[in-house]
Amino acid sequence: MKIGNLLTELRDRASLSKTLVMTDGESDEDFVFREYKVARRSKVLFLAAFALLFLILVGYKITLGEYDIGFFDVYDTLWKHITGSIDPLDPIQRMNDNVVWEQRLPRVLTAILVGVGLAAAGAAMQSMMKNPLADPYTTGISSGALFGATLAMTLGIYIVGGYYGRVLNAFIFALVPAVFIIMLSRWKKPSPAMMILVGIAIMYIFNAFQSYMMLRADPNAASSVYTWSVGSIGMTTWEQIPIIGVISILGFAALFIMTRTLNALNSGDAYAKSLGINVDRVRILCLILISIIAAGIVSFTGIIGFIGLVSPHIARIFVGSDNRILLPASAMLGACMMLICDIVSFLIIGATLQIGIVTAMIGGPIFMLILIAQQKEVW
Amino acid sequence: MVVKIEARGLGLGYGETRIWKDLNLDITEPGLVGILGPNGVGKSTFMYALNKILEPIEGTVYLDGVDIQTMDYKDIAKLVAYVPQQSNETFAMSVLDTVMMGRYPISGFTTTEEDVRIAIRCLKMMNLTDLAMRNFNELSAGQHQKVMIARGLAQQPQILMLDEPTSNLDIFHQVYVMKLLRDIAKEQGIIVLVICHDLNVASRFADRLILLNKGHIAADGPSEVVITPENIKNVYNMDADVVNSDGRPYVIYHVDESVSMGEKPPSGSKEVD
Repeated sequence: MKIGNLLTELRDRASLSKTLVMTDGESDEDFVFREYKVARRSKVLFLAAFALLFLILVGYKITLGEYDIGFFDVYDTLWKHITGSIDPLDPIQRMNDNVVWEQRLPRVLTAILVGVGLAAAGAAMQSMMKNPLADPYTTGISSGALFGATLAMTLGIYIVGGYYGRVLNAFIFALVPAVFIIMLSRWKKPSPAMMILVGIAIMYIFNAFQSYMMLRADPNAASSVYTWSVGSIGMTTWEQIPIIGVISILGFAALFIMTRTLNALNSGDAYAKSLGINVDRVRILCLILISIIAAGIVSFTGIIGFIGLVSPHIARIFVGSDNRILLPASAMLGACMMLICDIVSFLIIGATLQIGIVTAMIGGPIFMLILIAQQKEVW
Repeated sequence: MVVKIEARGLGLGYGETRIWKDLNLDITEPGLVGILGPNGVGKSTFMYALNKILEPIEGTVYLDGVDIQTMDYKDIAKLVAYVPQQSNETFAMSVLDTVMMGRYPISGFTTTEEDVRIAIRCLKMMNLTDLAMRNFNELSAGQHQKVMIARGLAQQPQILMLDEPTSNLDIFHQVYVMKLLRDIAKEQGIIVLVICHDLNVASRFADRLILLNKGHIAADGPSEVVITPENIKNVYNMDADVVNSDGRPYVIYHVDESVSMGEKPPSGSKEVD
């Protein structure tokens, strides 16, 4: 069976409404309404399944490491910590709490927040730009953010100083490709292919400056910057997690509010305008949000590719293209994919490899599979 | 009460190219209004200007006496629905979800049961309920066109504008759609504006025809005033006889096989001086 047919079959099976039969005396309208409700319910069921997978992956990931702790003990410890019922006199409970909460949870939470942010940004970008190849990475936004953060880390150049200087640097430079995309879509009416090629060109330009800075930097600084820049979730601390959390979750929530507008943009600018949407304003707002998400994530974890690109494509197979369902499904899958990549790297290599390398190793082949399976040419 | 369209001194174009200059037009009576003219004459451009998809270089469009430049996109969308010539979806949703997009100006983010039922009724009007849960991309070009018409109807507008809604339809559905649009215009007392290339279909169903040519209105009125051999010769550079069919003009074209069709094509959208 062709891969494309397999994906169609999978999607058809996913929609429970395909099996419905019209009952006696039921009008056309009532039957279609029932089909619609069942189809919606099946999509919500998929969301619930993704949530279950997510909980399993979180628990399993926390069990991995030199210190042995069982799957259910992980959730028991988390619950006890949240409710403040860890027995200070029980050494096992204290040890479990230390391992789960202090040592392993920051990494897991970082993986989740990065997955949610990148996948939501990718899904929104693909709809907004009508381009299946769009995500913060392929449009150069992540590279801009990486350049801005590196500028602060290696040369100490800050646009605004202070603790958040690195994030602000990343945001300002992430806006460079974003502004370019807005200008291009407004005046040149670019094809989807042209848009991505421009993004890749911007990415190369930023990468060249990035390499130059690394070569000029102190070797020790360059080494640590390189380790961070290839996508690392092991360096974040509890102090940084609320910042990544706020950026990722609020960014996701803001994009979620725009989902019906994104659906309309997917039908073309002219039609979206006729539905009462100020297309230019929405596009600017959306790209600013995506730049904030990318800047926040890149500042702390470096570049993690393919999550933003692949998660929406996989989610579409199960829940379709309505962004109101697609965005949460992509975010959930993005978090799951990050956890899977982290688990795979631990199980195969035995150590915690930089996750950006693993996501590319796993995400690349998946993306190629999706491209080959694609039945309709879209660019 | 019909929402009137008035264009005053309208100048339209893209970049340096000027397509319309000093266009004045009133559409104040409910009914099916056909817009005719050669390829590239600026029919779609004119339609774009009527719902602010394209901002005019000069002049003003009034909807019910209000300058649309002072109106928010949302307010315009509550009055005017637009059905594009071609579908342009990259990531297709189900047919029903696609039609429900037409409810966006009314219901915003949420979808009520009423929205779903209105969308289903619009699909039923286009004989598409069987395809409601199919993916939009799996449909043929003609079915796409019918879904887009249903989406326009779901918006329940005061003015419905359709850009070549019958171009991909078979004869039965061309007649069906035009008859449906005429009936909707009549029953709901709204203006339905249709860009059409088939002079006979337009002549048969439209209450008023507007024939455009080279930056000006070549003829405007009921079909017997607009569909004449002289107008067809002037605008399309085609020889034709016009006969009466069911009380409406019917065009029979003459093709001179000895003359190459490429020698004298209609001049269409030659840039306006």
